[in-house]
Amino acid sequence: MANYKYHILICGGTGCRASKSGEIVQNFKNILKQENLDNEIQVITTGCFGFCEKGPIVKILPDNTFYTQVKPEDCEEIVKEHFIKGRKVTRLLYTDPEKKEHVSDSKHMNFYKKQMRIALRNCGFINPENIDEYIARDGYAALAKVLEQNDPQATIDIIKKSGLRGRGGGGFPTGLKWEIASKNPADQKYIICNADEGDPGAFMDRSILEGDPHSIIEAMTIGGFCIGATKGLVYIRAEYPLAIQRLQIAIEQAREYGLLGKDLLGSGFDFDLELRYGAGAFVCGEETALIHSMEGQRGEPTFKPPFPAQEGYLKKPSNVNNVETFANIPVIINKGWEWFSSIGTEKSKGTKVFALAGQINNVGLIEVPMGITLREVIFEIGGGIKNGKKFKAVQTGGPSGGCLTEEFLDTPIDYDNLIAAGSMMGSGGMIVMDETSCMPAVARFYLDFTCEESCGKCSPCRVGNKRLCELLDKITSGKGTMEDLENIKNLSQVIKDTALCGLGQTSPNPVLSTISHFWDEYVAHVVDKKCPAGQCKALKQYIIDPEKCKGCTACARNCPVGAIKGTVKNPHEINQELCIKCGTCQAKCKFGAISVQ
Amino acid sequence: MDKIKSLADLKKKRDAIQGSLNLRENGDNSESMIQIKVAMATCGIAAGAKQVMETLIEQCSSKKIDAVVTQTGCMGYCYAEPTVEITKPGQDPIVFGHVSVEKAKELVEKYILNNEMVEGIIPQNYQSIDK
Ligand SMILES: Cc1cc2nc3c(=O)[nH]c(=O)nc-3n(C[C@H](O)[C@H](O)[C@H](O)COP(=O)(O)O)c2cc1C
Ligand code: SF4
Ligand code: SF4
Repeated sequence: MANYKYHILICGGTGCRASKSGEIVQNFKNILKQENLDNEIQVITTGCFGFCEKGPIVKILPDNTFYTQVKPEDCEEIVKEHFIKGRKVTRLLYTDPEKKEHVSDSKHMNFYKKQMRIALRNCGFINPENIDEYIARDGYAALAKVLEQNDPQATIDIIKKSGLRGRGGGGFPTGLKWEIASKNPADQKYIICNADEGDPGAFMDRSILEGDPHSIIEAMTIGGFCIGATKGLVYIRAEYPLAIQRLQIAIEQAREYGLLGKDLLGSGFDFDLELRYGAGAFVCGEETALIHSMEGQRGEPTFKPPFPAQEGYLKKPSNVNNVETFANIPVIINKGWEWFSSIGTEKSKGTKVFALAGQINNVGLIEVPMGITLREVIFEIGGGIKNGKKFKAVQTGGPSGGCLTEEFLDTPIDYDNLIAAGSMMGSGGMIVMDETSCMPAVARFYLDFTCEESCGKCSPCRVGNKRLCELLDKITSGKGTMEDLENIKNLSQVIKDTALCGLGQTSPNPVLSTISHFWDEYVAHVVDKKCPAGQCKALKQYIIDPEKCKGCTACARNCPVGAIKGTVKNPHEINQELCIKCGTCQAKCKFGAISVQ
Repeated sequence: MDKIKSLADLKKKRDAIQGSLNLRENGDNSESMIQIKVAMATCGIAAGAKQVMETLIEQCSSKKIDAVVTQTGCMGYCYAEPTVEITKPGQDPIVFGHVSVEKAKELVEKYILNNEMVEGIIPQNYQSIDK
């Protein structure tokens, strides 16, 4: 075996691959060969490092050097400087946005300091296409332990005591769910992994499957053993080709090692896995819709009960868990429930992965202990708001969640606190908004999404959300009345109370939470016909300052609808009736005479 | 590929491959490891630093010492190359000069394993900036 001095880890997640990380891997391999270093330096493609904002990422171990935005043509310089001459390539190092200094290694990056990686433990560390690397990190040891002990209830008890709750949004205690499924007798049961991940902006499940697929296989096998299922199904959206490919490779390798199939590890327990592809409908992430979709029926929810644990896939008892939930299982078994339950808050244990996005410096994937505050996440890990702007709100829980304002910045994040604050954990999308975001428009954006994704089976959701959307349209186009605001509130409540599934029941949340936290902003749209954030196009006014206008006619010549009148060398004027708020005039004026109000 | 048929098989497999990931594991836990830096600029390489680094890596892995061996640029002691800086967890770094392959073995044996002082320490008179 070659005695490597260095490992080059290159992110092979979807984001970094889109910016040529595949080519970077190839270049490194070629150059190392030319330089005769291929026996000293190993090149490994890994899963996501989470720091997607600055990808492609190249990390060098053991010195933890963290190179960002690496281009294929930088490989030669890294080899010559870093490995041959022993000097870091400073220009590729991460630059701290506040101190404007290069950071020599990942141990000194604020982005990683407060993180705690359980579900993402192997992402960005191992080669996901090599089962040996997973085994070297204690992979399949939890399964071996569970099978050797041969006591499903004992394992269920460990999961129960660990306090693990579902990471797919609902936060239902996982151990309890397994116990219920285990107690329903049947000739065949199923364990199902929900990898539909429909929440816009969330990509933690994809990253886990791409970066550490064996952890899901191992956990599903453990789950299968506990509830008495010999078959596992992964429902994954077809839009995740790389995750599907890595999962297929992993399943193949596990079968070759005898870690899937018959008589696992000599225990007599048989288990195998199959993939099922979803077409990417949000509602198919709801467990009953998911099951119907797998059965080849329309992806529509049905009323619960019966719960999947009673009557699931093909009417057999089934247990549905989220990808991230599964990813926690092997670690809990290896390290013990005491360890897991020592992390987090009283009722929310362990960690949560969030996809940080929006107006924030460090966009990416992070895993933090429950109980961390939003302030730590946004200002320390996330590096604060982009371009020095002011924080306004953070949206969690996607289309089912709500917005949290400054007053919640110091609230510890857990399932119950987020609900009390009018939002929810959801699957972990976290979108940070600055002062230029318009809250009624944000609410409208999410409602638009729900309207698109409503399956149409029940009228509160199908019709109600459409009406809600129209009411919000009125507000953002300056035609709303105070009565409309009251109607929005009432209609929202009705939808919440009467919709059939979780999609409809939660769809008014973005509206309700923004109404309660940003009432003044709604009123400004209705009464003053102004959008305080300056986002709502219909409420914008382009105005020419006669003092600054030199009468150059540039704006009038470029206005696509001829809304600007004026004569050479005299101040021009915009006809507000004709103006379509395209902003062309403002861009064309060389004298800064045109402003928006 | 051989099937893994029991817990013992799995353990055997894991032990056989774990070494290949040690470098990564150690880098990840570098605070709690002994850090060894070999100066590998032109002057160091000319004086044989490459062989010294290889020796250190071999010695540490064969003696199962939790150490991270990395290279750095010129430390400024070109008169004393090859130079090696050793930092034990919680202690100040110590720089050794004129480290030959034999001397490297002696460093591992005496300074790292037995905590004995070894000749050839270069008195340090600077503070590294990234501390
Ligand atoms: C509209 C809707 C969409 C959902 N989408 C997902 C999803 O994409 N992924 C997921 O794991 N759970 C999703 N869920 C939650 C699932 O119904 C189910 O509760 C979850 O998969 C259970 O796993 P857990 O207990 O591990 O969280 C969704 C629920 C609803 C109502
Ligand atoms: S609430 Fe919406 S998505 Fe759910 S069943 Fe009714 S129409 Fe379909
Ligand atoms: S482009 Fe500017 S300066 Fe020229 S006429 Fe228009 S407003 Fe006046």
